[in-house]
Order: sequence, then structure tokens, then C-alpha cells
Amino acid sequence: MSNQALLRAIDIDKSYAGVHALKHASFELRAGEVHALIGENGAGKSTLIKIITGAVAQDAGEIQLNETKITNNSPRVAKQLGIAAIYQQPALFAELSIAENIAIGLEQSSALSRVDWRARKQRAADLLTRVGAKIDPDSEAGDLTMPQQQLVEIARALGAKAKVLIMDEPTASLSEEDTQNLFTVIRQLRSEGAGIIYISHRLEELPLIADRVTVLRDGRTIDTREMAKVNREQLIQLMVGRELSAVFPKKTVDIGEVVLELREVGCSASGIQDVNLSVRAGEIVGLAGLVGGGRTELARTIFGLTPADHGEVLLRGKQVTIRSAAQAIESGVAYVPEDRRRHGVILDLAISANITLASLDQFSRMGALDFRREKEVAADYTRKLGIKTPTIFAPVATLSGGNQQKVALSRWLITKPSLLILDEPTQGIDVGAKSEVHALMTELASQGVAILMISSELPEVLGMSDRVAVMHGGTIVRTLDRSEATQEKVLALALGHGVDDSVN
Amino acid sequence: MALMIPSISPMKISRYKRELSAALAYAALLIAVAIIAPSFYSAANLRDLALNNAPVLLVAIGMTMVILVAQIDISVGSLFAITSVAAGALAKSGVPMPLVLIGVVMLGAAMGVINGALIGTLRLPSIIVTLAMLVAWRDALRWTTGGEWVQNLPPNFQWLGLGQSLGQWLIVIASLLVLGFFAWTLRNMAVGRAVYAVGSDAEAARLAGIEPTRVTFFVFVFMGALVGLAALLNAVRFSTVPSNAGIGLELKAIAAVVVGGTAITGGRGTLIGTLIGVALLGTIGTALTFIGINPFWEKAIQGAIILAALASDFVLGRVERMRAAQQVS
Repeated sequence: MSNQALLRAIDIDKSYAGVHALKHASFELRAGEVHALIGENGAGKSTLIKIITGAVAQDAGEIQLNETKITNNSPRVAKQLGIAAIYQQPALFAELSIAENIAIGLEQSSALSRVDWRARKQRAADLLTRVGAKIDPDSEAGDLTMPQQQLVEIARALGAKAKVLIMDEPTASLSEEDTQNLFTVIRQLRSEGAGIIYISHRLEELPLIADRVTVLRDGRTIDTREMAKVNREQLIQLMVGRELSAVFPKKTVDIGEVVLELREVGCSASGIQDVNLSVRAGEIVGLAGLVGGGRTELARTIFGLTPADHGEVLLRGKQVTIRSAAQAIESGVAYVPEDRRRHGVILDLAISANITLASLDQFSRMGALDFRREKEVAADYTRKLGIKTPTIFAPVATLSGGNQQKVALSRWLITKPSLLILDEPTQGIDVGAKSEVHALMTELASQGVAILMISSELPEVLGMSDRVAVMHGGTIVRTLDRSEATQEKVLALALGHGVDDSVN
Repeated sequence: MALMIPSISPMKISRYKRELSAALAYAALLIAVAIIAPSFYSAANLRDLALNNAPVLLVAIGMTMVILVAQIDISVGSLFAITSVAAGALAKSGVPMPLVLIGVVMLGAAMGVINGALIGTLRLPSIIVTLAMLVAWRDALRWTTGGEWVQNLPPNFQWLGLGQSLGQWLIVIASLLVLGFFAWTLRNMAVGRAVYAVGSDAEAARLAGIEPTRVTFFVFVFMGALVGLAALLNAVRFSTVPSNAGIGLELKAIAAVVVGGTAITGGRGTLIGTLIGVALLGTIGTALTFIGINPFWEKAIQGAIILAALASDFVLGRVERMRAAQQVS
């Protein structure tokens, strides 16, 4: 390993519509090293990768390759410079053969030139042999397993003679054996002088493969260490070591009866299993975990979108079988989904129509809408939640993200739910709207609503929750009381580690 | 501000600008005809136009709802042929007219059930399902009738047994009443709200407790029933029922809906717009003849109007998105 920097990201700054994703982040990759990049959800890893591969442009700062600044970066430029990325979900064309998939990344011929099928196949076969994959170049990409597809992507990167190879959670869906094979290939690439950026949540595998590790947190570079000189606990502390600066409007309210109880609940379609959880009236339970840990899947199962096929779901002590959103709403369950812009609101419909959409029965007599009542209630909630709009008849598409989220919340508040599930309620909205949403949650809890809140923001989870349930691998690994929950413990559990006394 | 009319705020006008641009185009056509060829406005001509377009309007009402839920139905021409022939055959076999009416509406609805089950419940792509139905029903009819027209209809069939002077009014008024009923329902009923929600974002609608599969199913059932009604009201004007009726009807209906400002991607549009669309496309041919332009150009001009409607939809959509983006940032 040379000490020469192959790739440098210097003082990178990036904001998306009000979200400050990267704050003067820096990163350095040497030739012949595997450099791990770690951080919580939203720490800025993906944004940094997207800037390096030219998928998005930085607001400030520069990327250097071999001490030369990359100008006008784009996926095409990055590819020509020898930067390749392999994502968690392989991006192959399912209908094309492996040889064709590999060729698409590599052949530089004009659109009208003839295809040399024999050369194409031969090269694919050579590259696949180099990565140790026994795959027929003629097979269709869609027929391959996930690990096989990943190997094809690596072969393609190999063929492009990538000097910088970025791997985003490559082992997330691999078996132990496939992981070992992948490591062998990575070590070989390293010995050939490539620099590899390795993103993973599996801290335990980093010592096996990484030479150095850089930790990102809240868009900043926290530290770069030699892998041999840090242990897991230190890494976790670097990842979370955030001051709980924000003040959360958490009030202690009387906790009432159990509203939701899950006993050994599982759903094979969405991969959740053996979930035990209870949420009481007036209680806010935070559901923490990494993306892919099963949090949204659990919420969707409770709401009947992917009904449970194992275990028992009890609402206010009575066993229920919820098989549709309509049934869930009838049973007093409300769900504000994560992907607000796509599914939380209907962009074409007016604010008033969005607010009443989940409770049209309340707003109609014999099926005919009561526009006056709709207008009154919509105006009332627009005022109460501070939705900023010139008129309640404007399509929701014209609102800002925070105001859209308030419309989504209003829709569910008027259903008078006894259980409110919030999926990333403050993701992507500005600070002011955030604290308004938090205040609203506190208010609802004091009215006796049971709240289950999914959040990737640890301070939010710790600041708002009475208890924190941590998910990993499709199940709740542990539920912590407010007093015993710390960022380190929650993150360690979310990463799939046990909590012992060395982590406090 | 004292003169402000409360019911027409600027917001409302901007929400109906698609309908408005079609209405302006139609008004321009009517004015041009009034200046160049005032004889266009003879009672007989207007009556013929109304009668010719009433069945198209009925089909376009159903098509509007189908497009609002982001689907398409190109099988309506074949459904129209089957229900037309069925109406003639029922009347000929001595069934009283009120029962003929119920019979063909039910028959249309039954064929709509098949479309609705395949598209709504099984979620097959509507363009393929209705293409298959277009071919299958047409050939089934040809096979059954051997291409023969229904002739020797009983006297109570023509003009619903009311005579032309009364019958023709009944046809036009019935069509407008149906239009009014569905327009009111789409705007004022919870189910109408559901239609718009499903067409805008079916998954979001599902999360709000609406069942998109059911909404889509019933929209296709109503589509079929409306085709049945249209077929009957069309057939009673003639002394025979041709077994090749309704060819190209799907294109007329879809064109009218699009020209009337309904977004082909679903979720946006009104039946008032569709009424204007039917009127505009249904009038233009005759109007051209009166102005003295070769009717040869009719189809080309209709095509140009459809493209213009799509282009304005695209441009308006972009402007709205840009405004929305400005608001967000």
C-alpha cells in the first residue's frame, strides 16, 4: 500500500432542498487499500458516493483523482476516469444476457457498428473467471441469484479497469461463503493496485477486509483511523458521538391501557418474524434500526398492507386480523408512511380533500360529501397545525415538504386513531416544522393516543420515546426503557450486536 | 373588491383552465361559423348534431371515469355493436321497450364486469384486456349473426314508440341528465373523490383506506352500462340495426375526453370538459362543410385538435410543476 492519495474529496458541501447532507466532508483513498466508510442512516455516505461517481454535483469542494481536480463530473466522466460503483441492489438489465450486461458498461463502439458476439462472450467469460464466478455468459441476468449478480457487476468493474471501486453494502444479502469469495476477489483487486471504498453496516467484517476506516456523522467527517487500531466499541462511539443538542418537548403523561400488542408476529412476505411489542395509551414507542432492519415492514404489517401470517395482533386486548388499510382505519389504527411525497398525500388533490380522504364516511351523508363540514375541519386543522397555504383548495403539490407532512398528519388525526404509526415523521423537513411535529406528538400522547414512531434519527428516538424498540434482521432484538437507552446501545443493537457492559 | 363574485375565485379558474381552453376553442369555432355560414344554426342541423352526438357523449362519460382512474377502454365499439344488436333482437322478439332498456343496460354492465374483473381485480393491463375484448366481442357477434342486420323492427322500437318529435327530445334530455348525474356524483359523492384519488396515486389511495381494485372494477361496470344505454338510444333512430355498429367509437370517445381536458395519466378532469370535447369534435366536421372547407380535412383537423389538447396539457403540467418546485425551495 502506497501513501499516495488516489482519490481525494476535499471540503465537500451539499444540500438538498433544505437538508444539509454534507458539511465540509473530506475523504482520502489510497491506491491498493480497502477503505471502509461507515456512519448511521443519513450520515452522508450515499451523498458522498454519488458525488464521487458524478450522479449529483457538490455545492462546494472538489474531488481529485491522482492529484488532479475532476471538473464537470458526471457518471460518464467518472466511468472514463476509472471510477466504478457497485450498489447493494445490483443494477443489471434483467432481460439481457450476462455477456451483454458486461458489454454495455465496456464497449465504446458507435451505435451503428456491428456487434462482435464472439469477442463479447469471450471477454465476459474471461472476466467472470477472474472473479471466480461459474456463470454462463449466455444466461439471462434476471435468472441469477443476488450474489451471482453482484459478481457480474464486479466483473464489469474489473473489465472497465476501475482504479476506484465503490462497494455499497456488498455483503448485505450474501451468505457466509459468498462473503468469503467476495473478500478474496477484493483482496486480489487491492493487490493489483485498485482503491476500494467499502461501505458496510457489518462492523464485525471490517477488520477482515478494511485497511482504514472513515466515520461520517451528520454530514461531517469525524475521523479516519487505521482499522487495526480501533475496535467496534470505538467505532460505534465515533458514529453516534453526537450531543443531544435539540430540546425535545417531551412531557410525562399518564400511561394507560395496552392499545397494541404483538405476540410472536411474523410475515413471511416482508421478512419480519417473532416480533413481540406492546404500545400503551399515551406512550410513544420509538422503533429504531437500520434501513433493512424491518421497521417499515413491521409498520405495514400492523396496518394490514402485508398482513401477518404468524402470531397474534391484539388491539385493546382483542385479537384482530387486519387485512387492509380500510380495516386498520376502522380499528382505530393510523399510518403516516415514510415516502410522503409518493404515498402520504395525493399531490393532485386539494389540501381539504387530502385531509378528509381517510375519513370520507365522517364527511358524507348517504355518500354525498358535506363540503361545508369538510371546509370547516380542513381550515381548522390548517390553522391548528400551521399549514402555510393561501387557500385550503390548493393542490398539495404546491406545498413545501414540511407542510405536506402536516397535511398527511391532519388526515390521520381526524380519524381519531387510538394507535398512530409514524414512519420517519420528520425526515426531510426543516427544523421549524420538525419541532412543530414533535410538539404535536407530545400533545397527542397526552390525549391518550398510543404512538409508534419509526425514526432513523437517534436523537429524535431518544428524545421523544418512552421506550425504544430496536429492530435488526426483521425482528425486535430488544426494547429499552427511556432511562437505559443510549445512542451507543441502540446503535449496537441495530447493528446486530448484543449489548454488554463494555458498551455504556 | 366589492364586485368580486365569491364563487369564482382565481384559484377555481386556474383549476379549470384545461376545460376553459377547450371551451374557448369551441366558442371560436361557433363564432366563425356564425359569421361565415349562419345557415349552420338552422333548427334541423342543430337537432341532427345533438342526436348524432348524444350516444358519443354517453360513451365519453364512461370513458372519462375510466381515464380518471388511469385506465383505458378500447373495447367500447364492440360492446356497442353487441348491445345494439341485442336491443334490436329483444324488441323484435316482443319484449316491451322498458324491459329492452333494462336488458341492454344490464348486458353492457355484464360485459363491463368482465373488463372490471380482469383489470380492477386481477390488475391486468387495461389496454391489452380491452384490445382482446374489442376483437373477441366483435368476432363473437359476427359469428352469431352471420353479419346479418336486424331488420323488421316492431313499430314501438323506433323513437321508443313515442314518435320522432317527442323521442328525439327524450334522447337528448336523457343523455344530458345522465351527464348531470355522473358529473354531480364525481364532484359531490365520496365515491367520486375516490375515483380521483385512485387515478392520482393508487398506492396513496390504498394507504388512505380506499380500495383501488374495487373502484376500478365499478368504473368499468358503469362504462359497460353506459355503452348499453348509448347503443339503445342510437338504435331507436333507425329502422334497422347494423351488426357493424360502433366501429371507431373508442377513438371518438377517447379523443373527446382528452380534448375536454382530462389528463390521460388519470386523476384530473371533469365531465363538463368532456361535454365540451364531444361538442367540439362532433361539430367540427359539419361546421367545416358549412364554411366550405372540403370535409376531407375533417379527420386531419380533429387530429390537430387532439394534439393541441395534449400539448397544452403538457405545457400546463410543466408550468404547475415549476411553480410547485419554486414553492418548495
